[in-house]
Amino acid sequence: MIEINNLKFGYKRNKLVIDDISLHIRKGYIHGLLGKNGTGKTTLLKLVAGLLFPDSGEIKAMGFEPMKRKVGFLSDLFFLPEEFDVYKMSIENYVKTHSVFYPNFSEEDFYNYLEEFEITNKKSKLNSLSFGTKKKVIIAFGLATHAKLMILDEPTNGLDIPSKAQFRKIILRAMTDETTIIISTHQVRDLHNLIDSILIMDEGKILLAANNQEITSKLYFGIEAQPIQTQDKLYSEDTIGGNVFVKENKNFEESNIDIELLFNAVFQNKAKIQSLFPNKKGE
Amino acid sequence: MITQDLNPIYLKLADKICDNILWSKYEVEGRIPSVRDFAADHEVNPNTVMRAFEWLQQKGIIYNKRGLGYYVSHNALDLIKTIRKEGFRKEILPNVFKQMEQLNISIEDIIKEYEIYKRK
Repeated sequence: MIEINNLKFGYKRNKLVIDDISLHIRKGYIHGLLGKNGTGKTTLLKLVAGLLFPDSGEIKAMGFEPMKRKVGFLSDLFFLPEEFDVYKMSIENYVKTHSVFYPNFSEEDFYNYLEEFEITNKKSKLNSLSFGTKKKVIIAFGLATHAKLMILDEPTNGLDIPSKAQFRKIILRAMTDETTIIISTHQVRDLHNLIDSILIMDEGKILLAANNQEITSKLYFGIEAQPIQTQDKLYSEDTIGGNVFVKENKNFEESNIDIELLFNAVFQNKAKIQSLFPNKKGE
Repeated sequence: MITQDLNPIYLKLADKICDNILWSKYEVEGRIPSVRDFAADHEVNPNTVMRAFEWLQQKGIIYNKRGLGYYVSHNALDLIKTIRKEGFRKEILPNVFKQMEQLNISIEDIIKEYEIYKRK
């Protein structure tokens, strides 16, 4: 779906925000893009969406170079920025004017998603809505475009408690085998059952890029009453339920990924993680 | 730490489907929800649901009718009970035995408790 080779980018000449990334992003997955604040997640997403231009290296998304902004690319891309401005326009008019750019847009789906989000008045002016409600309208619109590539930057920020579950349901109804979704988020608790591929970024580089099955085949996430120190443990912490840990999965046991544990394990053992999950694209 | 239970989600989903079959929410020889509907209802990735369906199919509990979806096998109830008995014997009982040892509970104590339970 997306091929990235030796990508470099900086807002200032002497400081790279994206520092030589090579990455393959596979079709049909919901990729979770994770990383600490200010590590380049949003910049990477903007580069993939063609909103920023690489300093060097290349990006191919759906067969297109994003920076050329061809119609064939843009009509199959939906990008939800973390912050956005809206016009003084009713929901109804917004849809009429914006849906023309997306050949697979379904008005019926759009209003169904809105209903799921409990937004009923389509005459409401977008600029008069709360941030969360605006965001829901834009999310419903984006999913109704049925674009093949959906990039969502912090989609659950600003959503209230019920909307988060509604968001998960809608996204799952909207996606097909042909849809690839990249979600950048800090709210891993909102999305952990949704994501089935994980990208972890740190200081402009990719630390881990693997799907859930690859991760659970190499790492085991467990819990024990008393912490037992062993060589193959990558990370452990005490919780009310017991000592939770991540270790190398040498016995091919099945377990369930805990994204928070994984994230901490990756940051504590960068070299080990890179040897367990070598970047298939090479350097 | 997000989840308290670190069993694979696809097995939990498979378990849930088995429960629905045992409680006749899904009837024998009836169709179960599509991967996509099941995923949306449970807010779980469709690839995870697919793994659960494949696991159930491999155990013979459900089967695929090409183009129509997944159906509950005629002998699903027996299969589920056999699998669960196996799980009880291999996972739950050893845990109970371990606790009995630690707490000095004899098998006679257990029988006594069981008789009280049955009388209720």
